[in-house]
Amino acid sequence: MFEFKHLTIILGHYGCGKTNLSLNIALDLASRGKRVTIADLDVVNPYFRTGDYREMLEQSGIRVVAPVFAATNLDNPSLPAAMGDIFEPHGDEYAVVDVGGDDAGAFALGQYSAKINSYEDKDIFYVVNKFRSLTSTPEDCAEILREIESAARIKATAVANNSHLQELTTPQDVRSSVEYAKKTADILKLPLAFTALESKIIGGARDISPAYEIRRIVKPPF
Amino acid sequence: MAERFLMKGNEALAEAAIQAGCRHFFGYPITPQTELAAYMSKKMPKVGGTYLQAESELAAANMVLGCASAGCRAMTSSSSPGISLKTEAISYMAGSDVPALIINVQRGGPGLGGIQPSQADYWQATKATGHGDFQILVFAPATVQEMVNLVGKAFDLGDKYRMPAMILADGMLGQMMEPVEIPDGSNTELPEKPWATNGHQNKREHNIINSLYLTPQALEKLVRERFERYEIIKKNEQMAEEYLTDDADIIVVAYGASARVSHSAVDSARQQGIKAGLIRPITLWPFPTDTLAKAAEHAKAFLSVEMSMGQMVDDVKLAINCSRPVEFYGRTGGMIPTPDEILQQIIELGGEK
Repeated sequence: MFEFKHLTIILGHYGCGKTNLSLNIALDLASRGKRVTIADLDVVNPYFRTGDYREMLEQSGIRVVAPVFAATNLDNPSLPAAMGDIFEPHGDEYAVVDVGGDDAGAFALGQYSAKINSYEDKDIFYVVNKFRSLTSTPEDCAEILREIESAARIKATAVANNSHLQELTTPQDVRSSVEYAKKTADILKLPLAFTALESKIIGGARDISPAYEIRRIVKPPF
Repeated sequence: MAERFLMKGNEALAEAAIQAGCRHFFGYPITPQTELAAYMSKKMPKVGGTYLQAESELAAANMVLGCASAGCRAMTSSSSPGISLKTEAISYMAGSDVPALIINVQRGGPGLGGIQPSQADYWQATKATGHGDFQILVFAPATVQEMVNLVGKAFDLGDKYRMPAMILADGMLGQMMEPVEIPDGSNTELPEKPWATNGHQNKREHNIINSLYLTPQALEKLVRERFERYEIIKKNEQMAEEYLTDDADIIVVAYGASARVSHSAVDSARQQGIKAGLIRPITLWPFPTDTLAKAAEHAKAFLSVEMSMGQMVDDVKLAINCSRPVEFYGRTGGMIPTPDEILQQIIELGGEK
């Protein structure tokens, strides 16, 4: 069981699996009896976002804070006032923040950087996926984090390996990605927090450690 | 790169175009196709190509016309309202016999409409992508891998028949991610284009790319020649996929994302013992009339499923000469039909167990 801090911020390249990982962490914390808020801070992506899963999250007792016009046709990135509140400690409450992809998506985080930088009990995960074509080498992958950090004016605290090929992922794929994630982490001088593994392949990948079990939540409606 | 990657449909379209030898992209941002242009902006400089964000859709499409006239593989991409703006230039391309690739990642309309997925531009793509007597090739992928495969095909057939080609996708396909293998394009051989305005070097007559004709006789002759070419294309280039149609009583006809949903609905109908099948047009122009006409010999009814108020349904009726009932089910405005809704329609159509 991974011990999450009170504030978890999820950064990464477009399509690396930030939203799926954020949903899994929030649901995991809620299932451990924690009070959880999940924040959809993605102001660039029109589809497949945390706000789309509001009903499921609220049924699990998770509070959802999303851009005012999320899940509507308005391409307007206005954020609710409650978003600022996420980045201040609230007793035993946990917060998971799903940030938009790349530097463009992370830019919106910059306005909260002072609060985030003074928040003690936090993890800022840089999510990586070896099987995304623009981040398939550790060097390219590391470069994107530098752009994100510059836009968001915060520093990642660890790399989270989320390498997968959806239903085609094999344990061997994930095994090969661990070295890639470690290399990326080395370049960035960050620790590798964990490798996320889908429940259905975790049996064939017991050698991968530390592992974090997730399920696939974000998918098209067919 | 024959390795397998996880890509968004929009990114895969862009990478496939680069692998197909396209080095010139002219665009203007619009949701939900933005990742395509964003990918091009990152990748084109690395392969010695041009990524240019124009001052408008109109400008971008006219840059494609100019670039393609010089014999280059050129492309543009947009989403529904942006395609409307590009149609003038597309008509000029058709009228000048210039091949180019246009990608439409459709969203809800009319007007600014919305940013969620739609298939309401079927009529525009297949009947009137601009003014005048002309057709363009229209391809409708249903998976991210098929998006990759059809980009190369669209460029090749566009060059072969000297006409614009369109990939008609939708926001769902553009935004969703699937594993894909992209062919390594390092050996792509581009065809000779002796008609191109790329400098005669005093070795040949100068070429002219033009769509203005000073006498109606000359214009009529040219348009008639073009339509003879269209007949050859209708004969040779139809593409469709059939799923469980051999013994089907009810045949669902759907393309793109609607076909993905319909596929699930057909599976559910079969589990209930209903003889349902699916015909998925892959080329929307030329429309796969042969496949439909053949299916009409044994099917009892057809159901056209679209993310629109009913557009392709007309072509289904024409393809089978109204020899069987053709019903329609659709959602619009950015809504996607569910497999259950389609199953209900199949049952109501009298699918016998």
